[in-house]
Amino acid sequence: MRGASAARGVAFFGLLACLPAFNLAHWVLNMLVFTLMYAVMSSAWNLVGGFAGYPSLGHAAFFGLGAYAVALWFQHHSIHSGYEPFWMLPLVGLLGAAVGLPIAAIAMRTRADVFAIVTITLLFVAQTLAFNLRSITEGAQGLAIGPAPFAVRTFERPFYYVLLGLLAVTMGLTFASMRSKIGLSLASVRGDEDKARGIGVRVTGVKLLAFSVSVGLTAMVGGIWAYYEGFIYPQFAIDPLITIAIVLMTFLGGRATLWGPILGALVLEIAQQWFAYSFGGSKFYLIAYALVFLVVMLLLPRGIVPSIEDWMRRRRRRQSVDAVEPTLAASRSLAKGSV
Amino acid sequence: MHALIQGLILGVLTAGVYALMASGQTLIFGIMKVVNLAQGAFVILSAYLSFQLFTSFGIDPFLAIPITTVIMFAIGVVIQLVFIRPLRREDRAELGLLVTFAVALLIEGIMTVSWNTSIRSVNTGYANSSWTVFGYQITLVRLWAFLLSVGVIGLLFLLLNRTRFGRAIRATVQNPESARLLGVEAEWVSALGFGLGAATAAAAGSVYGLLYPFNSGSHYDLISRLLSIVVLGGLGSIGGAIVGALIVSTSVAVVASTISPTWSEMTFFIILLLVLLVRPRGLFGVAARGAI
Repeated sequence: MRGASAARGVAFFGLLACLPAFNLAHWVLNMLVFTLMYAVMSSAWNLVGGFAGYPSLGHAAFFGLGAYAVALWFQHHSIHSGYEPFWMLPLVGLLGAAVGLPIAAIAMRTRADVFAIVTITLLFVAQTLAFNLRSITEGAQGLAIGPAPFAVRTFERPFYYVLLGLLAVTMGLTFASMRSKIGLSLASVRGDEDKARGIGVRVTGVKLLAFSVSVGLTAMVGGIWAYYEGFIYPQFAIDPLITIAIVLMTFLGGRATLWGPILGALVLEIAQQWFAYSFGGSKFYLIAYALVFLVVMLLLPRGIVPSIEDWMRRRRRRQSVDAVEPTLAASRSLAKGSV
Repeated sequence: MHALIQGLILGVLTAGVYALMASGQTLIFGIMKVVNLAQGAFVILSAYLSFQLFTSFGIDPFLAIPITTVIMFAIGVVIQLVFIRPLRREDRAELGLLVTFAVALLIEGIMTVSWNTSIRSVNTGYANSSWTVFGYQITLVRLWAFLLSVGVIGLLFLLLNRTRFGRAIRATVQNPESARLLGVEAEWVSALGFGLGAATAAAAGSVYGLLYPFNSGSHYDLISRLLSIVVLGGLGSIGGAIVGALIVSTSVAVVASTISPTWSEMTFFIILLLVLLVRPRGLFGVAARGAI
C-alpha cells in the first residue's frame, strides 16, 4: 500500500514538473498556475475543514493577509533578481499562522457551526479593514508590486514551480499527519470531540496546530498570488468567492482524503475558467457557479474520492470473499475516523 | 456626551430592524439546526422588491411589506424543500451552512442580473424629515422602522405562543423526536419555519431599503453583522437575538459617533470574540436543546 501511494505521488509530481517543458500556451500555463494555487489552498483547508471537521469560512482573510504582507513589504524594498518574494514566503506563512493562532484559540472553543460563523465574520471584517485602513493599504486604490523581471516567454515558470513545491509540502504534511497520531487525533476530534478529550487526546493542541498550519499555507499562496498579479485590490485579495472555491473543491473531491482536494481543484478550476470564458461578459457567471455548488452538495455530498473508494471496495469484495478484506477495510475506515 | 447620546438613540432605533432579521435567522436555526447564510441575501432581495414596487407602482415601502413577506415566504419554503430537505440528517448542519451560502450567491447573481450593481436607494417624500428633541435628532424613517420592527416581532411572538403552528414549532425546537411522536409533521414545520424566517427578512428588507443605500453585494456586510448578533445572543434564542441586536447596533453607532466610523465596522467582531471567550454558547444560548 505504501509503495503504491508513493508511486502515485512520484508519477503525479513528475508529470506536473515536466508540463512546462512542452511549450504550452500562456493561457494554459496561467490556468495551471491558478489550479495549483487552489490545489494548495484546498489541500491546506482540508487539514482543518476535512480532517478536524471545523469548516472554516475565513481562509480568504489569510489569503489576503499574505497578499498584503508581500505587497506592503515590496513597497519599501526593491526586487532585483525576481526571487526575493519567494524567499519571503516562509515568513509570510509564519505571519499567517501567528495571526491565526489567537483567533482560532477563541473560535475553536465553539463547535462547528458557530466556528464557521466566527470565521466568516472574520473574513468580512478583514475586507472592511483592507478598505478602511487607507494609510496602510491604500484602500480601494489597491497596491502595486514591481513587475516580476522574468522573461515573457517563461514568465509563469518560477511561479509554477514554487507552487508545485508548496503543493508537495502541503500534501506531504497531509500524508504524514494521516499516518501519525496527529491524524488519528484529528479524526477523533471530528468524530466526537468530548469523548476524545475524555480519553486524553490533546484536542485543543491538535486543533490549533491544524488551523495554524492551514492558514499559514493559505497566506503563502496569497503572497505568491499578489506577486503574480502585480497589483492587488481589497475586493479580490479578500474575496468570499475564494473561500467558497476552496471549500467546494474539497467537498467535490472528498473531505479528509489526500487526493480529493487536488482532484476537486483540477475539475473546478477548469470549469471555472470555462464559465468565465463563456459567461465572462455577462453576470451569469455567479449564477452558474452557485448552481454547480448546489448540484455538487446535493448529488455528491461525500465527494468523488470516497464514492470511488466505496465502489471499488464493494467490487473487490464481490470478486473474492476474503476473510482478511473486511477487517482491512474496517481498520482503514477506522483510521480515517468514519466511526 | 452629546455624540454619545446621539449614538445611543441611533443605535437603539436601528437595533429594531436588526432584531427582526436576526429573529428570523435564529428561528431557522432553532427548528433545523441550520445556520442560514442566505438571510442577508433575503433581506436585500426584499429591499429590491420594494424598490421595484415603489418605482414602478408608487407603492410605499411600508405598505409593500405584506406583498414582500408573502413572496419571500414562498421563496423560503421552496428553498427549504429543494435544497435543504434532501440533505442527510447527520450532516445537515455542516452542509446546510454551505448550501445556504450557495443560495446566497445564487440570489446575489440573480439580483446582479436583474438590477445590475449600481447602488439603489428608496427615496420617499418623508425620507429626510426628522424631529429635534432636546437637541438630539430623531429621523422619522428610523422611528417608524423601529416601531414597525417591534410590531412584527410582537406578531411573531403571538404566532409562536398562541397558535397551533407556533406550538408545533416550539415543540420541534425543544425535542424533534418527541414532537414527531406526538404527530408534528417535522418536515412541514421545517419548510414553513424556513419560510417564516425568510418572511421576517422580507419585512426587515423593505425597511432596510429606506434606511440604507444598497446593491447586490450588500448582503455580505449584512450577514456578518447578523451572524454576530445571533451568535452573541445564543443560537436559537429569539430573546437573545433581540438583546444581541441592541448590543451590537448601539455599540457600533456609539463607536461611529464618538471615535470613528472606520473602527465601528470592527466593533461587533471584537464584542463577539470577547463574549465567546467567556461564554462560547453566547449570552442566552443553551447547551443542547433549545427553547425559543
